[in-house]
Amino acid sequence: MAATKTTVDITAAMVTEAVPLADWLLVAPVLLTMTGGAISIIFRKKSAVQPWIAITTIALVILSNVGLLYRVLTNGVVTMVMGSWLPPFGIAFTADPLGALLALTASVATLCVAVFAMSSIAENERRYGFYPFLLMLLCGVTGAFLTGDIFNLYVWFEVLLISSFGMQILGNEKGQIDGAVKYAVLNLIATTLFLTATGLLYGLVGTLNMADIAGKLKAFDGSGPVLGLATLYFLAFAMKAAAFPVNFWLPASYHTPRLVVAAIFAGLLTKVGVYALLKVMLLLMPEGRDWLVSVIGIVAIATMLTGSLGALAQTDIRRLMAYLVIAGIGAMMAGIAVGNEVAVSGVIFYSMHSVLIMTALYLLVAFMFQMSGTFSLREIGGLYIRTPLGAGIGLILLLAVAGFPPFSGFWAKLLLVAGALEAGHGWVAAGILISGLFTTIAVGRLWIFAFLRGGNEHTVDGIQALPMAGCSDSADISWSIWLPLVVLTTLIFVIGVLPETIMSITDYGAKTLIDPSAYIGAVFGGIR
Amino acid sequence: MNTLIFRTVAPYLSALMLLFSVFVLLRGHNEPGGGFIGGLIAVSAFAIYGIGCGVSAVRRAMKFHPMSIAASGLLLAVVSVLPSLFLNQPAMTSQWLAVPFLGTKIDLSTPLFFDIGVYLVVVGAISSIALSLEERAD
Amino acid sequence: METLFSVLVGILFAGSIYLLLSRKLVRILLGIAILGNAVNLLIFTAGRLTRGVPPIIPIKSYLPIEATANPLPQALVLTAIVISFSFLAFFLVLGYRAYQELGTDDLLDMRVAEPKEHSEPPLGY
Repeated sequence: MAATKTTVDITAAMVTEAVPLADWLLVAPVLLTMTGGAISIIFRKKSAVQPWIAITTIALVILSNVGLLYRVLTNGVVTMVMGSWLPPFGIAFTADPLGALLALTASVATLCVAVFAMSSIAENERRYGFYPFLLMLLCGVTGAFLTGDIFNLYVWFEVLLISSFGMQILGNEKGQIDGAVKYAVLNLIATTLFLTATGLLYGLVGTLNMADIAGKLKAFDGSGPVLGLATLYFLAFAMKAAAFPVNFWLPASYHTPRLVVAAIFAGLLTKVGVYALLKVMLLLMPEGRDWLVSVIGIVAIATMLTGSLGALAQTDIRRLMAYLVIAGIGAMMAGIAVGNEVAVSGVIFYSMHSVLIMTALYLLVAFMFQMSGTFSLREIGGLYIRTPLGAGIGLILLLAVAGFPPFSGFWAKLLLVAGALEAGHGWVAAGILISGLFTTIAVGRLWIFAFLRGGNEHTVDGIQALPMAGCSDSADISWSIWLPLVVLTTLIFVIGVLPETIMSITDYGAKTLIDPSAYIGAVFGGIR
Repeated sequence: MNTLIFRTVAPYLSALMLLFSVFVLLRGHNEPGGGFIGGLIAVSAFAIYGIGCGVSAVRRAMKFHPMSIAASGLLLAVVSVLPSLFLNQPAMTSQWLAVPFLGTKIDLSTPLFFDIGVYLVVVGAISSIALSLEERAD
Repeated sequence: METLFSVLVGILFAGSIYLLLSRKLVRILLGIAILGNAVNLLIFTAGRLTRGVPPIIPIKSYLPIEATANPLPQALVLTAIVISFSFLAFFLVLGYRAYQELGTDDLLDMRVAEPKEHSEPPLGY
């Protein structure tokens, strides 16, 4: 056929012109975290230098993500193809405002966790690889946020999953292994479902590039296969995001690992599921979302109520936080069900807020445990007298998670409710508000018992707490615990007071998702 | 398992397999083969040596800790991505360099180094799992 | 040919789901192993089947001589095999550790993380 041909037209398949150096910001987070991870594995026996390798790497990742976000905001969607192969042949890394914003937030949260872990992760656990796992987790998460190829998204899911397995069993306790079995099996089944759907999608449209899929699926016009695929993707990502009724693995496992590990899990992992849901439901298969809208809505409300009522029913503070994660997921899914620009902007705002707040809350629980030596709502108490600053931070964080102004959670919920009312989904708005009420009761009770009450539940009012045996005094708390808490709280406060900047980014992100022409145009350049 | 015949043969067999793994690795650019499958063959070589002569002998023979091998492979793979950075090309664009060697030309390329990186990652990661499982069985 | 493979994929999925629903950890691990293979076969079938023509371009030519098998599903399957292989290795170690530490392979008896009797939360302020 063409065996005698000696030349091929290379410009049809490969990038031949020079690409700006700034495009490398797209792959820089992944390359940096891999390098940092490899170096910290090599230095695994030097537990004193390990945190600094990780902190330097993550700081560089943050810088690169700031640059990337700036570039996305000024130039629109940025894309880079691996190995110069033009899309849809090569794997594309594509950053839209949503991905760039979440990548930046995730790296900030990871930095806080890396600093916090300096004092709370024991020496031998560092040696078992806490910091390499943390860096590989960040690698997987930022890779997932920045990739523009759906199979590549699956690969990043697996990268973050395998590093999360490693972190989950750090410490090798019985409860951790028990939790890890449930966590690992269910998450693996979810990603396998994702892979199944991706295989079928490839069979349908013959491409894996997200922009290409978005363009080609329009021709199918909501036919049976597309709706089936949308349902399969919805199930897979709902499982990753811990939505009702596939949420049970989260409260069964999130209280077992070290609290810093739980902090990074709660901050990042479920949000990757929400991110994937946003991408697939809005960018790739809007017809599928329209078809599933009542299912997503009902699932969202059930998730919110499970989360907030579950939080009310817990005695263990760690499990209470796990249910708060689920309540937040429900709110984000409600925004996906509504699906107009305001609500989607709210989902993006909420996922950013949720990364910061859930990380901060788990770090707060670790701090509270260090001060009081217990996780039980019945035993804890007297923390206000012992640490007024800690009580202030706790109040801000708990009010922010319930959605009170002037903190970041308020604006996220405001956008969601406004979007739902605008689209005429009053029931979704009502669900968000009712779940907010239950969450307020749960976190209010937590703050009153843990901080305001003089001692444990048998304390008579007015009696001052005695120093408890075996726990630290406020003065013993090292800077590496205070700093991340204060930084996260300040961020949540500043975003709450000055939400306009973030809102303009999330609006832009929502526009790009709902009208994919800019996204498709950026990936294919002048070709289409 | 630990018979005299097996113990005598195991070192030679694993040496042969290691050599073959390198062959498969280098052949991978134009023919079926490559870093992953080559790495797996190397790990099976170490596993056979471990069954025959004990895990500590394997660890001595490997010189470096398996995790360090994996990490250096990851580093090599990352480094092989970088050359196109300086040529204003997208990441992972392959660069070729023909090096004259003993009268013939050897094509050195970034995909080759990436593949060697993959080989090292597989050797390190899988052999560390395999060795810890073998240690437990003892 | 694709129909036959689809049926095979269906059988593998059915078998793996049956095993996944079991309470015994070992059976669940077997189910996961079969599930991984079922998905690999599915991707392979979704990429359409071609017999006997590997997608390799001969030396000194720029294009394949005749229509070859689709190489992309092969690459995807290879990636998925690598991943499911490493996960299975991890799961085997985890399952063995779980059996050692918890003394059971029955998921209903694995209640260390979620004890059956737990104290109720405080009911008032």
